[in-house]
Amino acid sequence: MKLKQPNAQGKWAGRSGRLVQARDRMREERLFIRRAVISFIFVALGLSALVGRLVYLQVFNHQYFTTLSENNRVSLQPLPPTRGLIYDRNGVLLAENRPSHRLEIVPEQVDDIDATLQRLSTYITISESDLRRFRRLVGRSSPYVGTPLRFGLSDAEVARLAVNLHRMPGVNIKADLTRRYPLEAVAGHILGYVGRIDERELKTIDTSQYSGTTHIGKTGIEKTYENVLHGEVGYQQVETNAQGRVLRVLSKTPPVPGKNLYLTIDIEFQRAAELALGDYTGAIVALDPRNGDVLALVSMPNYDPNPFVNGIDYASYKALNTSPERPLFNRALYGAYPPGSTIKPMMVLAGLEAKVFDRRKSVYCPGYFKLPNHDRRFRDWRRGGHGTVSLTKAIVESCDVYFYQLALDMGIDRMNKHLSEFGFGQRTGIDLYGEKSGVLPSQEWKRKVHKQPWYAGETIIAGIGQGYMLATPLQLAHATAAVAMRGQQFAPQVVHAVQEQGSDKLQIKTGSPLDPVHIADPLSWDVVIQAMVKVVHSERGTARRIARGIAYTAAGKTGTAQVFSLGEEEEYDAKQLARRLHDHALFIAFAPVEQPQIAIAVIAEHGGGGGSVAAPIGRQVLDAYLLQNNRLTQGADS
Amino acid sequence: MKLALLQELSAVDDERTVARGLMTRLHLDLPLLLGILTVAVLGLTVLYSASHMNPQLVVRQCIHVLLGLIVMFVLAQIPPHLMRSWALWLYLFGTLLLVAVLLIGSVGKGAQRWLDLGVIRFQPSELMRLAVPMMMATYFSNKPLPPRFKHMVIAVLITGTPFLLIVKQPDLGTALLIAMSGIFVLFLAGLSWFIIIGLGVVAATGAPMFWTFIMHDYQRQRVLTFLNPESDPLGTGWNIIQSKIAIGSGGLYGKGWLNSTQSRLDFLPESSTDFIVGVFAEEFGLVGLCLLLLVYLFIIARGLYIAGQATDAFSRLLAGSLALIFFVYVFVNVGMVSGILPVVGLPLPLVSYGGTALVTIMAGFGILMSIATHRKQDSR
Repeated sequence: MKLKQPNAQGKWAGRSGRLVQARDRMREERLFIRRAVISFIFVALGLSALVGRLVYLQVFNHQYFTTLSENNRVSLQPLPPTRGLIYDRNGVLLAENRPSHRLEIVPEQVDDIDATLQRLSTYITISESDLRRFRRLVGRSSPYVGTPLRFGLSDAEVARLAVNLHRMPGVNIKADLTRRYPLEAVAGHILGYVGRIDERELKTIDTSQYSGTTHIGKTGIEKTYENVLHGEVGYQQVETNAQGRVLRVLSKTPPVPGKNLYLTIDIEFQRAAELALGDYTGAIVALDPRNGDVLALVSMPNYDPNPFVNGIDYASYKALNTSPERPLFNRALYGAYPPGSTIKPMMVLAGLEAKVFDRRKSVYCPGYFKLPNHDRRFRDWRRGGHGTVSLTKAIVESCDVYFYQLALDMGIDRMNKHLSEFGFGQRTGIDLYGEKSGVLPSQEWKRKVHKQPWYAGETIIAGIGQGYMLATPLQLAHATAAVAMRGQQFAPQVVHAVQEQGSDKLQIKTGSPLDPVHIADPLSWDVVIQAMVKVVHSERGTARRIARGIAYTAAGKTGTAQVFSLGEEEEYDAKQLARRLHDHALFIAFAPVEQPQIAIAVIAEHGGGGGSVAAPIGRQVLDAYLLQNNRLTQGADS
Repeated sequence: MKLALLQELSAVDDERTVARGLMTRLHLDLPLLLGILTVAVLGLTVLYSASHMNPQLVVRQCIHVLLGLIVMFVLAQIPPHLMRSWALWLYLFGTLLLVAVLLIGSVGKGAQRWLDLGVIRFQPSELMRLAVPMMMATYFSNKPLPPRFKHMVIAVLITGTPFLLIVKQPDLGTALLIAMSGIFVLFLAGLSWFIIIGLGVVAATGAPMFWTFIMHDYQRQRVLTFLNPESDPLGTGWNIIQSKIAIGSGGLYGKGWLNSTQSRLDFLPESSTDFIVGVFAEEFGLVGLCLLLLVYLFIIARGLYIAGQATDAFSRLLAGSLALIFFVYVFVNVGMVSGILPVVGLPLPLVSYGGTALVTIMAGFGILMSIATHRKQDSR
């Protein structure tokens, strides 16, 4: 401490000056050395503190920081599988994956989005709907993730952009595969389409399987067979730098591509069936009764699914969605129509099985039917009546009175029991998404749904397939197939075979049989089928006009379903009614009768008469199938 | 046998004397030079890795090192008494340049630090790193020690003027370092402990005022980020987080030379300049870094030893201050990269890429060597 006292010695002069100075110098030197030593101790302490810090980081927290370092370095990237292709039964490509380029913007890397969009619009066309979708997506996703602005860039656009890309950080061109349906609207309702995964779907799917996948099946085959078509996601561990650029791949689990599907549809036949419907809106379903294969499934008007893949623009969607013809609506599956007279063959079979009457039963038809103790008249379609009507004549001429009587005798619950065996009122089990079950009424059904008791008059009109009764075209075709096969039935199926990608082998899906329709007396089938043959091939048959020049024996039944109910005494005048109030024209058929290969149901909405409109369409469809590829002779051989 | 061994030994001894004699004649201090070269070689090695194996950068840094060695060699030839007589002019010249910088200096990175001399851009604050301790040592060399109060007031003026001028630029890091080089002179001159503690108290109470009135936004941001780097992991906290990851993941023995992923993949910013020690720690681990710190400790110790051996007050104070300021460089840089000090833009001496700082450091070593090699002539 002495050393730190102020030192006044330096001021002294005189003879002892030199000595004092020398002593001061020594004292100063000692002072300095002491201070230097203290400094060195501080230095050593300081460096020790650093070492302590390093030990803390490098020894005690080594594991922690190693993990962070690895997380920095290595990232796991999903490798989305390529989606399976869809072919028709003969290998015609219906859905494919085409390489395409899309433009993405990573919002985080862009300073001024508007300026960038402005600049981009000088190289490529960006539509209003592109911008709207982009803005919507930007609001929803992470700013570090690329948000698509334009899909399907042309080669010229890619070239123009590529040259200028370096001037626009955060703007990237991404190559990927886009779903494409080369036949456009043909079979569009069957195929459905894929679209961008939406939030609702995100909640239901296994998100790990879909990491890296942008699209998912929305309707049709694409939705129903999503699991088969999608495949399994792969992963790769990559080394990325701080900017997220992949430097090298460390390890890789390749994705398992989705499986290809071969449909039961013959696309040429499908196209022919679509054309057969002409200008009518409506549906045609053609089944192979022997195994349930769906040969054609037509709903008209149809639509091109391609625009939906990358987001259809609002105006086009609105136009499709609000069109009175409802092109997006798959009538074959979702359309529930009164089956009208096409229910009659099944009604006869039900009545015979229920032993309400026998094959020889005849009914007198004065042109109307009255319930006992009621005044209300139920009219026959032929004003003058059919006279005495046998079972066969009832089907051939489609006498309504006969079936009023039959329904009344059977009662609604017995009708329900036996008709349900044909698949009415329930889903057929087709491998397509969203099938409707229609309505097969019963007393209990009405109590449950309408909270009302059942009235006898409702039974009467149910006997001719009107009233509450509703069936989809698919159900009608399915029931027709069951008649053709004398009760044997199969769940309809659209997919014929599944194929692993890269393999030639097809895994054929065999038809899945359903419980057969219970008919104790096989003669019942003969009577009904013979009557249906006469519908086409006899002078008085309602579909007699299609018999001319027919190369095979067909069994059919026409139907005319009322859309608009007339008063008791009103006359139906087709010309006066607006078209949308016209009756639906229906026709069911199968052929050849000896060895049925095809069963069809045709509905021409507001077509008027089943015999005049629907039956000729049906004939075209049957011809298109049976007269192609020598199916008639082949069928006879087998 | 014995004779041969003796002869051999004396031969070695001769060589050593010859070597020492040669070194003295060249005015070089061999231990200090070896320490400097060791660090410089280690620095070039890690710079090669930190610069993503860019040989051009390494060659340029080699040129910087050579330039530094030349400056060191030249300064080592100048006897301390000459330096002492130039100190005042150097100091005044430097202060004048600092004023000039504020008036006509060019702006770089948001601060006015450079004087554009047409051919080269010159940073006068670098000159003051040497001029201030020289001026301080000169001032106290003929004053009675420990210093008196009025001398201390003058000393505060000597150090404070350039300090404030540099704070104005603003370059707080350099200003603080220059202030510290002056304070080190005061401390070595025997500044009373009462005053040291008193200054500590003043500093503690003055810090909040400093925070509000003198510090710039970016400086406050640096301190805040230092206190909580995770608060802004992608912004200003990024450097600290990534350098801690680099150091921590290096572990005991490191990932090996050229294997620093943090630097190679660009996660560690400024990896070849201010944050180069992160790369060093990642590749060579705790062991490697401790060895590096030991070499630094050796250099500092050698500097203090030279100061202790000096025969006049000027040499002692200047050499001691230079050695201690060198320690501050190392401490602040490693402390900043390892996250115990706020981020101030300060390179790791002799290792970080960059010419200016390196030349200044080497000039300091030149002065040290001059003091080390001229003391005998003086005492004669």
